[in-house]
Amino acid sequence: MKILAIDSSGITATVALLEDDKLIAEYTINHKKTHSQTLVPMLDEIRKMTELGMDTIDAVAVAKGPGSFTGLRIGSATAKGIGLALDKPLIAVSTLEGLAMNAWGMRGLICPIMDARREQVYTGIYRFGEGTGTCIGDAGELVTVKEGCAIAVEELCGMLNDMPDEKVLFLGDGVPVYREAIDKTLRIPHSYAPAHMSGQRAGALAVLAARYYKEGRIETAAEHKPEYLRVSQAERVRAEQEKTSREAG
Amino acid sequence: MITHILAIESSCDETAAAVVRNGRSVLSNIIYSQIDLHTIYGGVVPEIASRKHIEKINQVIEEALKEAGVSLKDIDAIAVTYGPGLVGALLVGVAEAKAISFATGIPLIGVHHIEGHICANYIEHPELEPPFMSLVVSGGHTHLVNVRDYGVYEILGRTRDDAAGEAFDKVARAIGLGYPGGPKIDKVSKEGNAEAIDFPRPKVRIHTDFSYVSKPTGSPDVKSGAEREGEYDFSFSGLKSAVLNYLNSEKMAGREIVREDVAASFQKAVTDVLVEHSMNAVREYGAKKFAIAGGVASNSSLRAQMKAACEREGIEFYYPSPVFCTDNAAMIGVAGYYEYLKGNFADLSLNAVPNLRLGER
Repeated sequence: MKILAIDSSGITATVALLEDDKLIAEYTINHKKTHSQTLVPMLDEIRKMTELGMDTIDAVAVAKGPGSFTGLRIGSATAKGIGLALDKPLIAVSTLEGLAMNAWGMRGLICPIMDARREQVYTGIYRFGEGTGTCIGDAGELVTVKEGCAIAVEELCGMLNDMPDEKVLFLGDGVPVYREAIDKTLRIPHSYAPAHMSGQRAGALAVLAARYYKEGRIETAAEHKPEYLRVSQAERVRAEQEKTSREAG
Repeated sequence: MITHILAIESSCDETAAAVVRNGRSVLSNIIYSQIDLHTIYGGVVPEIASRKHIEKINQVIEEALKEAGVSLKDIDAIAVTYGPGLVGALLVGVAEAKAISFATGIPLIGVHHIEGHICANYIEHPELEPPFMSLVVSGGHTHLVNVRDYGVYEILGRTRDDAAGEAFDKVARAIGLGYPGGPKIDKVSKEGNAEAIDFPRPKVRIHTDFSYVSKPTGSPDVKSGAEREGEYDFSFSGLKSAVLNYLNSEKMAGREIVREDVAASFQKAVTDVLVEHSMNAVREYGAKKFAIAGGVASNSSLRAQMKAACEREGIEFYYPSPVFCTDNAAMIGVAGYYEYLKGNFADLSLNAVPNLRLGER
């Protein structure tokens, strides 16, 4: 089974081609946020380099969010266009779960953080289940402790402080922004992922997507849309105004 | 030889796809309008528009192919609007078009939105061919354009501030008509007296400072080109202010405002300026044909006055049906077809260009 995977949710643009247990290609650029120009050429490079027949692709995996609204839509529209053209399903994977997958096999909590602006991070809390002993590293599946959300880093640290027996690994583009705040607030043992594990990797996304595919967690290209975890600013302002006028009235 | 273009348009608040045969025959023209979503905000909210585009785009493309009775195998090129427009909205169409092109190998063509509007005139007028003079008026654009050939456009004038349609929206809001202003003002104007209030007909003076004109660097005729542009430029913010001032002073004086008269008088002032500039250009350039385009080209007063002016000048007058005046993908397919004939293809790095200039490639 062949999966083409795409993640353009953050500054990193990353694409990969997975066939069963083999990661055939992965192309990751963490340079400038020019996904609209680079993402499809990166896919095309993989196609050429791996002599990929497009009709052999079974599904397109895409990071569904959270992340940069525009970045998510570039990835989403790209996946939807390929899905439409090839008449293949999409596999939507949480950006945060994809990031956590980078740390496969780690003991303790995995906490991806992405800079969400407005003093918040997109984050979730994950761990790997007990392994069956049948595979290297002896780790089980990715387990969600806390679903993806947009919260202040202090609130996240408060949550983690309530799990005193744990240790936690942070990764994601929010680390350089919030590392100091975390060190100040967090009382449980923690560490930060090295560079090769810290950013989005479409290879990890594809591995997770392969599991979803087997579980039947797919959708049509037409119905897929990003999950932003936030409404637009206009909707937020409007809701606040309505709330204020309700309270006043 | 039969050529099918699949066209995609998402520059503002319409998600649209179409299939066009041989540049002139529209096999399908699917438009999903989001206008209801934006009405409560009094204008288009870019983030909401972009979110809706991504939800609707595949459905709109699939419907366009189905209604045309073709599949992607029959498509010779994919044309997509890449500017001007809202960047987040444009990016959805551009990324989608590039992905389809990547997955199928079908060539990609980037189309300028305003060129699309002008080309809408080709759909219902098979006899229309360049050269002709064209006025593009919409919520975001006001351009007077000399169409010298297919794909060869000379901008003679454009708005220095508000687009004509934008002025309609703002005045409509001020007199309590709501959004979108164009059709609403047009409707109530029919009940009003266009001579009731003498609003100014804004004239743009030619400035000695040409720095506002962005010409390609190294262009030899920077100054003369700029002078030509200044001559036919429009300005509607002064007129809009005059309307607002009028409303204020009437209110202060305790006089009742007849909004039908305000609407009709305002509409007449806009129309007068658009017609006068257009006919001056027609005379200077010796144009034999004139075509209006864009959302405001549906305005009944503008159509009627422009038609009468063209008759006085003894030239042919063209305008598209309302469905081809509003943002649509059929017009992008037509413009794309003429790019296809010239072999002007884009590669997979095509980007959205929100401030794309007319005639720029």
